[in-house]
Parts: sequence; structure tokens; C-alpha cells
Amino acid sequence: MSKKSSVPPEKILPLNHSSLREDPIVQYLSGKLLLKEELPQNLKEPYLSQLQTLDAIDQPKSRPTCNRCGNNKKHLLGIIPCNRCHQTHVYCRNCLQTGRVLACEKLYFWAGVQPKWTHQSEPCTWKGNLTKAQQKAADRISEVMDSKDKKLLCWAVCGAGKTEMLFAGITLAISKNKRVCLATPRADVVRELFPRFRQAFKNTEIEALYGATKEKTGISQLTIATTHQLIRYSNAFDVIIIDEIDAFPFHNDENLHYLANRALKKEGSQIFLTATPRKREQMLIQTGKLEAVFVPVRFHGHPLPIPKEKYIFRLSYTLQKSTLPSVFKNWYKNRRNQTRQILLFLPTISLTTKLLPKIQAMYPNKKIESVHAEDAERKEKIDAYRNHEIDIILTTTILERGVTFPSVDVVVMDAGHAVFDEAALVQIAGRAGRSPDDPTGEVLFLHQGRTEALVSAIKQIKTMNKKGRNL
Amino acid sequence: MSHCLICYERIVPQVTWTNLLLPVKEAIICSECKEKLPILAAPLCEGCGREMTEEGFCADCLKWQQDPQWKRVPITNHSVYPFQPFMREVITTWKYRGDYQLIECFQEELLHAFETFFYKKEESLTLVPIPLSNDRLIERAFNQAEALALLINKNIQVEVVHALTRKSEEASKQSKMTRKKRLARDNPFTIKKQQSKPVILIDDIYTTGMTIRHATKILLESGCPKVTSFTLAR
Repeated sequence: MSKKSSVPPEKILPLNHSSLREDPIVQYLSGKLLLKEELPQNLKEPYLSQLQTLDAIDQPKSRPTCNRCGNNKKHLLGIIPCNRCHQTHVYCRNCLQTGRVLACEKLYFWAGVQPKWTHQSEPCTWKGNLTKAQQKAADRISEVMDSKDKKLLCWAVCGAGKTEMLFAGITLAISKNKRVCLATPRADVVRELFPRFRQAFKNTEIEALYGATKEKTGISQLTIATTHQLIRYSNAFDVIIIDEIDAFPFHNDENLHYLANRALKKEGSQIFLTATPRKREQMLIQTGKLEAVFVPVRFHGHPLPIPKEKYIFRLSYTLQKSTLPSVFKNWYKNRRNQTRQILLFLPTISLTTKLLPKIQAMYPNKKIESVHAEDAERKEKIDAYRNHEIDIILTTTILERGVTFPSVDVVVMDAGHAVFDEAALVQIAGRAGRSPDDPTGEVLFLHQGRTEALVSAIKQIKTMNKKGRNL
Repeated sequence: MSHCLICYERIVPQVTWTNLLLPVKEAIICSECKEKLPILAAPLCEGCGREMTEEGFCADCLKWQQDPQWKRVPITNHSVYPFQPFMREVITTWKYRGDYQLIECFQEELLHAFETFFYKKEESLTLVPIPLSNDRLIERAFNQAEALALLINKNIQVEVVHALTRKSEEASKQSKMTRKKRLARDNPFTIKKQQSKPVILIDDIYTTGMTIRHATKILLESGCPKVTSFTLAR
């Protein structure tokens, strides 16, 4: 595709402005691809002459392509009779959220000196120990981050302690004046990781970018961002780490892959993190096209809880009638550890709201709530659950990943439903037994017929445990 | 396969005997979005065109009619959609985010409403879109009122005249002002072309009615015999 050719070439003008290198304006501009209104106001020399431009929308004879977001879909390119240039031309509808892009506009990128960041010989302020498995992966990650044009997938089970494995590599990169970006499809993950990285790299310029961030300085050596935010970057990072590569919407959005590739410098390296790689990545690993490192044990050393599956005759019909199967009731009464909270996964939003009053009536002494993506009190309810103010929470797949509750039992109702694919089921099972104080936890998949996803999810968990034993 | 102009979801047409045998027009928006954009239903206020429980004038309009400054500027406004939260979202995307193409999703209802309210064959109609200040026009790259007027003009035999200009406003954007502030402001419009025939003012939203009143006032003062107005939302 012609997409690749639109990447601006890395040109460094022979200007003797070495003093410019530590200038915050240079730090802001370098590696960005900006609209005119995103440039600093009243920008003067010597900066102006070192900005180069690019047509905002590429218009070959065939189909136009937005040079900002890479979109070339017909229904996402609108036509506007423009009052700026008095011509009728295309604009990008995919860019509306981050600022409309008109075909008569230009994109600006910095072609001057590369910025220099405050030198730190010991940037890492995190003092902690890694397990043997973590250390092995951390060493591989550092190696790849330190080399040029390499890719590595880190396949670490849920609760393996992925973040800590990155610290060594990032430390090395920062001390070598490199720029690092940690990108993830999910804003919740950015919010969770940002304070942890600020703790671990106290003296480094770090910035968190997601849709709703208020303070954006645009100056950072270490950037933690949602993949959508990479729309303003080009040729910026020596290392890009993509967390949760298998999560929606990254895994099925070609545009986001394009943005991630563009934000990387020509010889930059990429690290992918996941607990549940999709078929595509698994295939690449098996055929040796993608290098991978496994972390098959959790940081506390205990194996992953293996889900129990149970067939229930006409389960979805039972649920539609707003009743719970007796299997659940019996299990609930007899489960090993009665103090654990319950995460009850349901396939649809309508089921969560429908079943809630029924279950509340069934267990009047328990505090029971439901939560889903369109719930206005989503954050409050999850916080309440975290504080043990809720005993049972009915949820859709929104709580499948990225959340840690120390002591829970997990039940998936209608686990054969299409929303529960292999990755989702492995992630859901991974919510149990995350704390070293309660490392077991029960996982129950109730279904009305095994699906391939269900079978391979359980198989994947068992394989990982086996790998962990053989370490 | 087409995509909904508002939510970008794919529109999967239901196959019936009619559309299997006869070619039908492709839907612009999906049925879910369409449902969230109801049109105004009678009875409507005779002044501002809002939905009422019975015929007559609404409380707001009665208040305006007693205002010494405004009682000589009677207005008759007609609108297409009620300005509810979903409509607000769509208009925000269209006007402030600048998604010009969204105008297409209003086309059908807009033309239909225009014809029921105004179209009489013997009378020639003149549309006057509410102008933007120059700065705003450059910023947005299009004038939403003008876009509506041109859309009507493209489909129905009417004339579009840019009879007004707007003074550049140092104050903040119109719709972000409080009601009181907006009411107190001087007339932001000046006449560019005098009108000797009745005109229909075109705007996107009727909120307090201040914009329409200012424009009506200045047109009447400059010799225009009759001014009515037509807005997308009320």
C-alpha cells in the first residue's frame, strides 16, 4: 500500500544549533506530526525554518489517504465546500475527535536537531526483586530494546508482573538518551500504569496521554499513551512497547498498527506484551517469524487456577427466565473459601440488569451489584467492589482484563456465548488467585455445549502451567 | 454496503419483496440513529415553533411580546427537530467538530418540513442564512446556516441571498454565553443587501430566539415587508 511512503523522511538540517537540543520547544516538536493549530503559538525563528510540511491528505488519482491517521476508507472521507480555500475538497472524518483535517491543510514535522534529555546514569528509582522467570524475560527485553530494528513478544500469564519486567530495559534506554513509548489500546491501563512509572522513574519526564487527559505538556522522554494518541507522532520513539496487543480495538484495527509503526523511528525496536496472543501471533511464534519470551508462572510462583467446566441443559433459556441454575446455587453454598468475593460474568448487558433483582432477592444478606460499559457509575461500583463493599458483582466482559482483585472466585455464565472467545476466557480465569495471600481461587465455566474457544482456553492455561513446572 | 453517517455502523438492509425487485434509495443513517432523531410534532407554538400541549403561544413568546424593546418585532419560526441531547451531539459534531457531510442526514426531513411550512407555488421565496463572523467562518471552513439554505436551494426552487453580515465578535462563542448576556448584547448584524420581498431566515438552532430577533429587526427596519424563520432544531 501507499501508506508507508507518507512517512516523512528523517532529515537533520546542518544547522549549528547544538544549544537547541535541550530546548523544551525542540523537545515538544521533535517526533510530532501536527496540525497548524497544534503548533506552539507565535512560533518564531530559529524553529520555524526547521519545520517541514506534508499535505494533510494524500490525493493520488485513486483514493485519498489521510496522512495524519492513515485512514483511506470511503465512508470516513467527507467532502466539504471549503471557505478557507474556496474549493470543494475532501476532509478526514476519522480525525474528527482529535481535530478535523482538511485537504487544504498541511501537517508539520520537525526536521532540526534531535532533542537531548537530562542525562541520568541511574534513572530507575524502583527497588524490588524479580522472580527467576521475570528476570529471564527482563534480560531478553533489555537486549531487544538496546538493539536496532527488532521485535519481541513477551507472552506472560495473567498476574506475571509484566510491568516490572520492563523497568530494566527502559532504564537502559533512558540512560542512553533514547525515547520510549508504552502504548496500550485501553485508557484504564494508561491510568493504572502512569503512577507506577512515575514512582519507578522519578526524575524522568513522563507523560500520560489518553482521550480525557487534562494536562498535556507534549514533552516527555517516556510516554504512556493509548494507541489512538499516536496520531500526533511520527518518527519519534527508539522503543515502542505495546501492552495488551490482543485487546480490542488494537487487534483488529489496521489503522492503529499503522500509527504505531509510524511513531517508531526507522531503526527502533518493538516489544509486544500479552497474556493471550491471538491466533495470528501464535502462528508467527510457531513458525519462528516472531521472537517470543515466555513467562509461564505468576510472580507469586503458584500455578494458574484451572477452570472447571459444567454442562447445563438449556442454560440460556434458564437465564432468559431470570433464574440461576441450581448448579450455581450448590457451588455457591459449598465453595471452599466462603470469604472470597464473586465475579459473575454474563454475556450481555441486558442479562446483567435482568438477573440483578433476582439474585439480590435470592441472597438478601449479600451486597450485589451489576456493572457494564454503558454504566454511568462504572468507576464507583468497581471501586466499591475493590473495597469489599460489594460481595457479588454481575459484569460483562469489561472486567475481563486489566483489573486486579486480591481474593475472588470467578463464574462465567453461558461460557459458550460468542463474546467469550479464547483470549477472553483465559483473561477471565486469570482474575482468580492473583494475590500471594490467596493464590488459588476457583473458576467455573457454565455452558450448554463446549465451544472451541472454551476447550482451547482451558488447554492454553494447562500448557502454561506445565511450562511453569518445567522451569 | 453502506455505513451509517452518524454512528459509522454498517447498515444491513432488510430484504423484502419490494426492495428485492425494485431498486431503493440507500439509507444514509441506520434505523437506530433515525429513531433517536424524532421530528417536532404538532401542536407547535405559533411564535417560536416549539412543541406544546395545546395551540397558541408558549410562555417565552408571550414574555417577548410584552417586552417594550421587542414587541414590535413579531417572529414566526418553524423548526424540524427538537433540540434534545442526541440532536445536540449530532449538531456539535457537524458544526463544531466540522463534519460537514453530516448535513445529509437531515436532508429528507428538512426538505419535507420546509415544503409543509412554506412552499406555495405562486409565491417566490428568498432564503437569508444567518451569517458567521469572518474569523469564525475561516475557523469552521463552512457556515452551517448557509449550508442548510443551499441544500434547500438545490432541491426546491428558492433563491438564497446573503443579505446580512455579522460584526466580528470579541466576545466568546455565541452558544456559550449565558441567556442574560446574550439578551443584553447589541445587534450583531448589519445589512449587506436591502430586501424588498418577504424573506425566510435560515439558522441551525433556535435557542433563546435572540439571534433570529436581531436579524428580523434589522431586516424590517431596512424595509423588508415580512420576515419568518426556519431552523433545523428548536
